[in-house]
Amino acid sequence: MAEIKKLETAKLMKKVMADHFYEIDAAVKSGNPKVAWCTSVGPAELLRALGFVVYFPENHAAILGASRAANDCIPAANAIGYSPEICSYLTSDIGAYLKGFTPLSKIYDGIESIPKPDVLVYNTNQCRDVKDWFEWYAREWKVPCFGIESFVNVGAVTKDHVDSIAAQMRKLAADITAATGSKMDEDLLKDTVRLSRKCSDLWKDVLEIAANKPSPLTFFDGTIHMGPAVCLRGTQVAVDYYETLLKELRGWVAQGVAAVAGERHRIYWEGMPIWGKLRENAQLFLGLQTCLVASTYCNSWIFTALDPDDPWNSMARAYTELFIVRDDDFKEDYYRRMLDIFDFDGIIFHDAKTCPNNSNCRYGLPQRFSKETGIPFITIDGDLNDLRCYSEEQAITKIEAFIEQLDG
Amino acid sequence: MVEMKPLFVGIDIGSTTAKAVIIDAEGVIIAQAIQRSGYDFAAVSESVLAEALESAGSKRDRVAAVTSTGYGRRNVEFADFQRTEILCHAKGVHHYFPEPVTVVDIGGQDNKIIHLGAQGERLNFTMNRKCAAGTGAFIEEIAYRLDLKLEDLNGMAEASATEVAIGSFCTVFSCTEILGMARRGTPIGGIIKGVFRSVVKRVSEMDALDGKVVMTGGVVAHNPIVRVMLGEALGCEVGVPPHPQVIGALGAALIAGELSVDPV
Repeated sequence: MAEIKKLETAKLMKKVMADHFYEIDAAVKSGNPKVAWCTSVGPAELLRALGFVVYFPENHAAILGASRAANDCIPAANAIGYSPEICSYLTSDIGAYLKGFTPLSKIYDGIESIPKPDVLVYNTNQCRDVKDWFEWYAREWKVPCFGIESFVNVGAVTKDHVDSIAAQMRKLAADITAATGSKMDEDLLKDTVRLSRKCSDLWKDVLEIAANKPSPLTFFDGTIHMGPAVCLRGTQVAVDYYETLLKELRGWVAQGVAAVAGERHRIYWEGMPIWGKLRENAQLFLGLQTCLVASTYCNSWIFTALDPDDPWNSMARAYTELFIVRDDDFKEDYYRRMLDIFDFDGIIFHDAKTCPNNSNCRYGLPQRFSKETGIPFITIDGDLNDLRCYSEEQAITKIEAFIEQLDG
Repeated sequence: MVEMKPLFVGIDIGSTTAKAVIIDAEGVIIAQAIQRSGYDFAAVSESVLAEALESAGSKRDRVAAVTSTGYGRRNVEFADFQRTEILCHAKGVHHYFPEPVTVVDIGGQDNKIIHLGAQGERLNFTMNRKCAAGTGAFIEEIAYRLDLKLEDLNGMAEASATEVAIGSFCTVFSCTEILGMARRGTPIGGIIKGVFRSVVKRVSEMDALDGKVVMTGGVVAHNPIVRVMLGEALGCEVGVPPHPQVIGALGAALIAGELSVDPV
């Protein structure tokens, strides 16, 4: 069996993420600085400029999924009225809390629980579920919860969109200050946006290195290495991390190192990872000599609009320009641009049972794109965290049959 | 001494039945066998091949190559090649229909729709979602609930002048719905006819069924009424190859023949 190639920088990531969680844990225990929860594409820069350390519960939910603890936790949330049909990040995370469990305690000595925040801040640009999720904790802990109500199905991002979201962000900052006493530091905001943009640019370079043939990077690598882009954007730590990772990857390209030995096919992955099956699926594609070269999911933490000279408006634009917020015309055009960059042979759509906003196969988009470009596709039924929604045997057969089809 | 011509074997271990097909070098079916898959796929692969060989009056040493397919394909220890049932069904259908076709395969737990080009190349395919509604398992469950023999269902549906509409997607909900009808005294033939219509509806909504449509699988092999019903739904005659239940195994055998000449 072929072995999954590991980047040396992965060791550095373990340290970077450990430092992140210990920093938050120390803040909770000492009461200084204050702690904010933030959704994964929420206004992290704003929170850092208000002086908070920032915790991302979606990252915690992904760890629950990847460690396969999610299915032990989800039923506890179902039992209090949170349906198995809604976001399994939400049900995993709340279920884990109800059971008094966190994988962080297993991974990091001395961390006993998830961090109780001083404020919860969401952005509904992803979905409404994040709001429901944070509001549950707000009620549980009697902690203030604020958010940005985003647009959906956006075509072109207009000045009206940006003005509206920027105004919400300014009000959000004022509300947080009123509720917690934390004050906005405009210079720190500019610097945070600068670092976030730098992180984003480096992350984009990392992902686009997969345009090389053979690719030194797979989607599965991306899901691991995106940790700092999600949890530490706006910090120098994340910038340093991606400079190191990029250097190693460029070295691999120079040496002709392939992430998938004997790369025969290049595939675009559309949708959420199946966290509990990352290793198995990485191994499956390795055996099929097929590289998942790119994904919308990993690209979601590229924020090219961020501009330190215009932080409020550029944050508003960056968090509205996201793929998940856009209409299908934009998405179709986006795939075309990805096809130009990565030159893939096919697309796999993951229809995640509990994540409709990240399942872009429910309104005819795959068929339209395939008809226009001739790029074939398949749809895999599964879920991000709830493995009860995933039929592994059927998925393997579909994937193998798809590769046979590409073989001709 | 007369040289014995080589034989090629396809073994299709499906979720419900295991099939073996033996062909000669010209692609002519020499023998076939069907057994319940059970739980020991390695054992059933041996026994279904043994039955087919006995039917052919032949010995194992004449078998030049074996391809396995189906969910249990990895358990066929003596297979030289493994291929998915999508490819094997495509190959088997193209053997009988060498033209662009849309294959509708209704199996024990899976439905497949495969669009084939003129050379038998797969243009795309769809499988049912993680739900057995509209598959053979759905029909088996209904038969079990109503305490009817599977082999009687087609005749009961064909003889019925009435037909009820089954409204539920889900197998379990459909069973509840059907038991309710039975309790109210709805004629059983009309219920069974409605069950077959439901199967056809489920498979019709999986993908666009265009051009010439060919049905395969155990459901159409044992219940020809579904071919008629699909034809009614599409407004055209639906093709069915000889031996529709073993078409995947036939495709596997054909692949064994090709690969043993030109291994890839």
